[in-house]
Amino acid sequence: METLEFRFASPPAGTAADPALCGVVGSGNLEILIRAGDDPAACQLSIKTSARGFGQVWQAVLGDFAAGHAAGGTQVAINDMGATPAVVTLRLAQALTEYRGGAQ
Amino acid sequence: MNAPHTRQWDTLRQSRSRRLERAAALGFGREIPAERIIDLLEAVIQPGDRVCLEGNNQKQADFLSESLADCSPERINHLSMVQSVLALPSHVDLFERGLANRLDFSFSGPQGARLAKLVQEQRIEIGAIHTYLELFGRYFMDLTPNVALIAAQAADAEGNLYLGPNTEDTPAIVEATAFKGGIVIAQVNERVEKLPRVDVPADWVDFTVLAPRPNYIEPLFTRDPAQITEVQVLMAMMAIKGIYAEYGVTRLNHGIGFDTAAIELLLPTYATELGLKGKICTHWALNPHPTLIPAIESGFVQSVHSFGSEVGMEAYVAARSDVFFTGADGSMRSNRAFSQTAGLYACDMFIGSTLQMDLAGNSSTATLGRITGFGGAPNMGSDPHGRRHASPAWLKAGREAGGPNAIRGRKLVVQTVETFREHMAPVFVEELDAWKLQKTMGADLPPIMIYGDDVSHIVTEEGIANLLLCRTPEEREQAIRGVAGFTPVGMARDKRAVENLRDRGIVRRPEDLGIDPRQASRDLLAARSVKDLVRWSGGLYAPPSRFRNW
Repeated sequence: METLEFRFASPPAGTAADPALCGVVGSGNLEILIRAGDDPAACQLSIKTSARGFGQVWQAVLGDFAAGHAAGGTQVAINDMGATPAVVTLRLAQALTEYRGGAQ
Repeated sequence: MNAPHTRQWDTLRQSRSRRLERAAALGFGREIPAERIIDLLEAVIQPGDRVCLEGNNQKQADFLSESLADCSPERINHLSMVQSVLALPSHVDLFERGLANRLDFSFSGPQGARLAKLVQEQRIEIGAIHTYLELFGRYFMDLTPNVALIAAQAADAEGNLYLGPNTEDTPAIVEATAFKGGIVIAQVNERVEKLPRVDVPADWVDFTVLAPRPNYIEPLFTRDPAQITEVQVLMAMMAIKGIYAEYGVTRLNHGIGFDTAAIELLLPTYATELGLKGKICTHWALNPHPTLIPAIESGFVQSVHSFGSEVGMEAYVAARSDVFFTGADGSMRSNRAFSQTAGLYACDMFIGSTLQMDLAGNSSTATLGRITGFGGAPNMGSDPHGRRHASPAWLKAGREAGGPNAIRGRKLVVQTVETFREHMAPVFVEELDAWKLQKTMGADLPPIMIYGDDVSHIVTEEGIANLLLCRTPEEREQAIRGVAGFTPVGMARDKRAVENLRDRGIVRRPEDLGIDPRQASRDLLAARSVKDLVRWSGGLYAPPSRFRNW
């Protein structure tokens, strides 16, 4: 088990909504919880992952997410069971959409 | 002028007669009792023979294989084996027990690790790894079998054979052996008075043996829709919208796997919504994939010719004779040689997956410590220079590659891969394991499944790379890096070059295709479980028990 923490600048996600939960903790999958954070211009992420040694890949995947989406003002908790970057990227986009109440 | 040397011109026939006489001297007629099969094999097989053992990734002459492996290595040795697939433990036993020492084959799936070990111990000499059609071709050139051990469904009293839906490789093997002085021995599942149809005439077959149990058939082409992921749905959406629709692909082959199963299951839903019914995927060279049932039932599919059959699909195929090739008796007839020919010359597209791909687009499923071969993929995943007939898809691809005045078209050869496999193994690599394998095997060439210059498109979760439009090796490399995601190869991309390729439509993202990845949902699959497939088939599909969970 490895714990990783990241913080990226990101355009504000908008009005705070209820927390959103997406995905499941199962092999090759992950669970994402998005809540309101304290800094409207940053996306804070903390990851607990079963796969050690992929910090650089997480940084790249999450950095791309924060740059490509309005995810500022959020706090993202991820429980990962070896999801591939493709799954992580898809799940983050789904979770953020849900957090923002289905807005595109 | 010198007098001509006296030479015998019928040594093969004489050798055949002597073998048959030895069998007759042991009291054998044409029907061999199972408990005496080893006596027969030891009588008709000679040291140094070339023996073809029938077995593909589906039907296996397993009883004959096990019996041959139980023969005495003092009597039978130095055999040179020619076979499509090295799949059963007994196939490898032949080499470990000293009966055979040379192998020409196509695919070794589950025995790949044992095979690699034998090569390293120099107990086996690999002639070459072929694609199926290539190996069949050599049966008629320099690898003609002295003895063929085949599998059939049934024999009648005269020795005519019925092969059933899994006709597969048998016609090619028997033709090469029976007409070049060879001996053909068939294991059969049953003896019947009257066959449903004659697939092999009795005078091409020397001996039949009723096997103690029916020949093994692997349900290799069944993919449970429950295991298809959202990422695979996303890639399937991209492939359908960005390739199938744009080229108007009507004639095609799908590789085995969940990526292509996802495409099959999106035809009745997503592709229909896009108005593509009747415009794509009408004619197939394909085994009867259960995941194609919804597309067939939706009226998407006009015709399917198959390499082999698939366990559980017999009744469904028989009830859909407008779509599948069936005999006058009603049951399916497959034929690997003809379906591979269709896959090579009559298909506009091949789409499949791989384990590794390098920056030139070369791909391989060979990984360190395993020698596997590639079956039919190198054949279908190649652009045949012998093709002369045109089709819209072939012309469009040819003009993308060669400009508006191109004098030939191009086959679409598509590789669809998620950038990482399980356990975070990157698919995109600087160097294929195939190069290291070449060294450990002492092979002439690295085991590459599909050559990069045959590949037209790569589909990943990040987008589609169109290699036809690349004009330099550098562009090709950046196009591949540009869809390689967060693999080390992908992260080492030249971002400006990739954006330039994107402006030119060489690299396309889901949003460039009008696809929102968040809409990639399993709800789009026409069937989400094996039970759904059974329902679509009206109860005609009978999945093997391991795929039943109800």
